[in-house]
Amino acid sequence: MRSVVLTKGVPDFSEGAVSFDEDGHLERGKTPTVMNPNDKFAVQAALQTKVRHGGHVSGMSMGPPGYADVLKEAMESVYTDDSYLLSDRELAASDTWATAITLSAGLETYQEELGDIDLVFAGFKSADGETGQTGPQTAWAMDWPIVTHVIALDIDPDDRRLRAKRLVEGDVDEIETVEAPLPCMVVTDPEFEPTYRKASHRLTHKRLRAETEERAADHDEHLTTWSQEDLNLDPDYIGLDGSPTIVSSVDPIPKAPSEREATMIDPDDGDAMEPVLEELQPFAGSD
Amino acid sequence: MSGEPADREHYEAVVVGCGPGGAAAAARLAEHGVETLVLERGVEAGSKNVSGGLVYAEESAPYTLDDLFEGFREEAAERPVTDYQIHNIAGNKVKSYDLTDLHEHDTDWCDAVLRRKMDAWLEQRVHEKTSETGGGVLTNVRVNGLLREDGEIVGVTCDELDPIEADLIVAADGVNSELARDAGLMDWEEPDEWFQGVKAVVDMDPDVVNDRFDLDEDEGAAHLFSGDLFSDVRGGGFLYTNEDSLSIGTVFHLDSLVAEQAEPHELLDALLTHPVMAHWLGDEYDEREYGAKLVPDSKKVAHREPYRDRLVLVGDAAGQMQAQGPIIKGMNHAVTGGALAADAFAITRGNADPEAAGRRYAKLLEESGTMDKLRPRRYDLSRAVGERDVVTNAVERVLDSRVGSLALGNPVADRVLKRAYNSPFLVSMLPDTRTGYVTVPAIVGEEHGRTIHWENDVEPPSLEARIGGLTYDTDVGNPHIELLDDSAAASEAAVYACPVSADDFGGGCYRTEQVQTNGDEETVVSLDTQPCVECGTCAIVADTAWEHPRGGKGVEYREG
Ligand SMILES: Cc1cc2nc3c(=O)[nH]c(=O)nc-3n(C[C@H](O)[C@H](O)[C@H](O)COP(=O)(O)OP(=O)(O)OC[C@H]3O[C@@H](n4cnc5c(N)ncnc54)[C@H](O)[C@@H]3O)c2cc1C
Ligand code: SF4
Repeated sequence: MRSVVLTKGVPDFSEGAVSFDEDGHLERGKTPTVMNPNDKFAVQAALQTKVRHGGHVSGMSMGPPGYADVLKEAMESVYTDDSYLLSDRELAASDTWATAITLSAGLETYQEELGDIDLVFAGFKSADGETGQTGPQTAWAMDWPIVTHVIALDIDPDDRRLRAKRLVEGDVDEIETVEAPLPCMVVTDPEFEPTYRKASHRLTHKRLRAETEERAADHDEHLTTWSQEDLNLDPDYIGLDGSPTIVSSVDPIPKAPSEREATMIDPDDGDAMEPVLEELQPFAGSD
Repeated sequence: MSGEPADREHYEAVVVGCGPGGAAAAARLAEHGVETLVLERGVEAGSKNVSGGLVYAEESAPYTLDDLFEGFREEAAERPVTDYQIHNIAGNKVKSYDLTDLHEHDTDWCDAVLRRKMDAWLEQRVHEKTSETGGGVLTNVRVNGLLREDGEIVGVTCDELDPIEADLIVAADGVNSELARDAGLMDWEEPDEWFQGVKAVVDMDPDVVNDRFDLDEDEGAAHLFSGDLFSDVRGGGFLYTNEDSLSIGTVFHLDSLVAEQAEPHELLDALLTHPVMAHWLGDEYDEREYGAKLVPDSKKVAHREPYRDRLVLVGDAAGQMQAQGPIIKGMNHAVTGGALAADAFAITRGNADPEAAGRRYAKLLEESGTMDKLRPRRYDLSRAVGERDVVTNAVERVLDSRVGSLALGNPVADRVLKRAYNSPFLVSMLPDTRTGYVTVPAIVGEEHGRTIHWENDVEPPSLEARIGGLTYDTDVGNPHIELLDDSAAASEAAVYACPVSADDFGGGCYRTEQVQTNGDEETVVSLDTQPCVECGTCAIVADTAWEHPRGGKGVEYREG
């Protein structure tokens, strides 16, 4: 089994980490980059595949050199074997379309250099862009089948097929079971849960954790960076030039007034409570 | 489908539980080259366990912890015991005897331990050893029963994993072993077969420990307490020094706790607030953790044939917990039991008879002298007489009388008593009656004791605060204990005996309510397992369907 998990960095929106300027615009420079939260489920799916069937899992990301940290995080948390960063000034400001073209070029290059890929895992939507398009567009560019909204996954390596449970949201949520041939792209749902019901799987999981801790400590040794040239990409199809999407403007969401007028009243203080009770009177039941 | 016989997982040996018994069994199995899987329900080994705890390495024992695990004393233990005393208490009068002779009898070394640290350390070593032979340790996995085929035990079933087959199954799952019960080898019926231990770990700077107990860095103290400070409840207290804390606790006969309707946490408080503790505890009392656990009484329950099919029981699961008078030896015997079970399997490996290992194990327990320590035949013989009420009552009456007190109170008796306390033979024969635990120590204290005038300012935390200080991962909506009979007659004892419940306390596990039925008022018992510390008491004293929580769920001890 050979899998690649696609991941990207997003600003760390958690409290204390995120930084906004006076106009409420995100300050990217001051806000640390972390792995896109939804990608965690994709990496879990990749890990489950590796634990159950063995093989090789690589992390791949497109973005500025700082995204190497995200790939390192993938290595630490879910034990990828190595990392590939597609990074070049020319790639900056790509929309989902240009990103998908770049990622598919990255996957092609990977196949040429390292061998055929059986599975590509991607997370559902990113925390900053929220489009949910990159996965499907990449699969389209690779001409692979794609299974989205995956919450549980079983692979039959001999038959070269996968069976997945998909969470289909509608008026009522439904769970659908689908099959697909390998190679295939799998987009995980945030409800994805890896399951390890064999002792041997859990032992492998534990062994991988110990091994990877050491590997992640010198992540640079396991990181390969590919530029536009390495990827053999036509500049017209990538970066800003290759991005048909135009973001006309971003409107800040108006802030709710944060403080209301409030008077503190001690509930044991009868006199002070009097007006409160009067205020409430109209809302009291009639009997 | 997974879990069907065809693709079932198989290991040569599965060890359930990673306390001292399981750790010893697994380490020894790995040394024999056996593929060994260890399953532990805690998030980490030790997170479910409480001991006093002094680990003994007996000179006569076939195995000790440092034989099996190099570096154990340096890395996993606290302080060695270099000062050992027992205090007989009557009111504010205390008579102390040096117990060094008893303590040193057959003792190679003896160290205080805290179970989280100790067991977590053992888990690491066991994982390293068992990984080399194709296995390893898995935490967060609870074994919930035995896997049988045509009525024969062939493996285990778990909450978290598909069924697993094994040639040897070692139940090292401690007191309230679900596997021993499932196999029909142990029952959970009689309160008089158990003790209940309750313990507080008290924070203390190492320098303060050294100063207050007059110790060097690499020395430690052990103090035992008996007499009338626990009213009439049969049992005693202990205090052991750790590196930067104290372990203070009580161990009582469960039947006595039930009979006296005693509240375990109050008995612990009686010890903590007694004047004898004043200068050790000082005026800043900082309790790190409150914990409790049942302890089997090997004299009554150590199983002479602890096996069935491929299953063997070791340690507390087999009742291998020896109360040698005031000295409690469970961990060391669990280690012996575990290692001998592993040896028995290695010797009989390949034998077609599934019970070959079990039979050999029972034989090794006998031949090594372990069984005779745990369950002396002479005790079985004397028990019938020693405990007969008539005899006991007669002795009690004499002792309580002026003549009796005088006899115990004279200077010769003082010397004889000290010798008696230090005699391993005598203490192992003490009948489990009030006489040994309360009457004699109280008279000794009264007649020979020195009155203590120290002021003890300790204010132990309330039960609510103690529960609040514990860490839980509650399995919401999936309680592990079910109350089968909520009548007062069947289950009210748990309201008192449960260490995290109390009469008139609404925040505990067990409580009583008055309900009106047809004009009559009736007391019913109710249960909320959230604050449960999984001690096992209510499995015995109340009418329950009792299981351990799923892997990783429930209480998590940080000290133990
Ligand atoms: C207050 C107190 C004071 C004590 N003082 C001393 C002392 O000073 N010296 C001494 O030697 N002994 C002492 N003991 C007794 C001692 O703690 C026990 O005898 C000893 O821990 C027994 O070891 P064991 O390996 O058999 O079981 P345990 O140490 O209880 O280990 C059992 C393990 O199995 C795990 N387990 C249980 N059920 C399952 C399941 N279904 N699936 C998976 N895992 C499971 C548990 O989580 C645990 O880790 C004391 C006990 C108490 C309560
Ligand atoms: S509910 Fe039962 S097992 Fe839990 S702490 Fe109370 S007595 Fe012990």
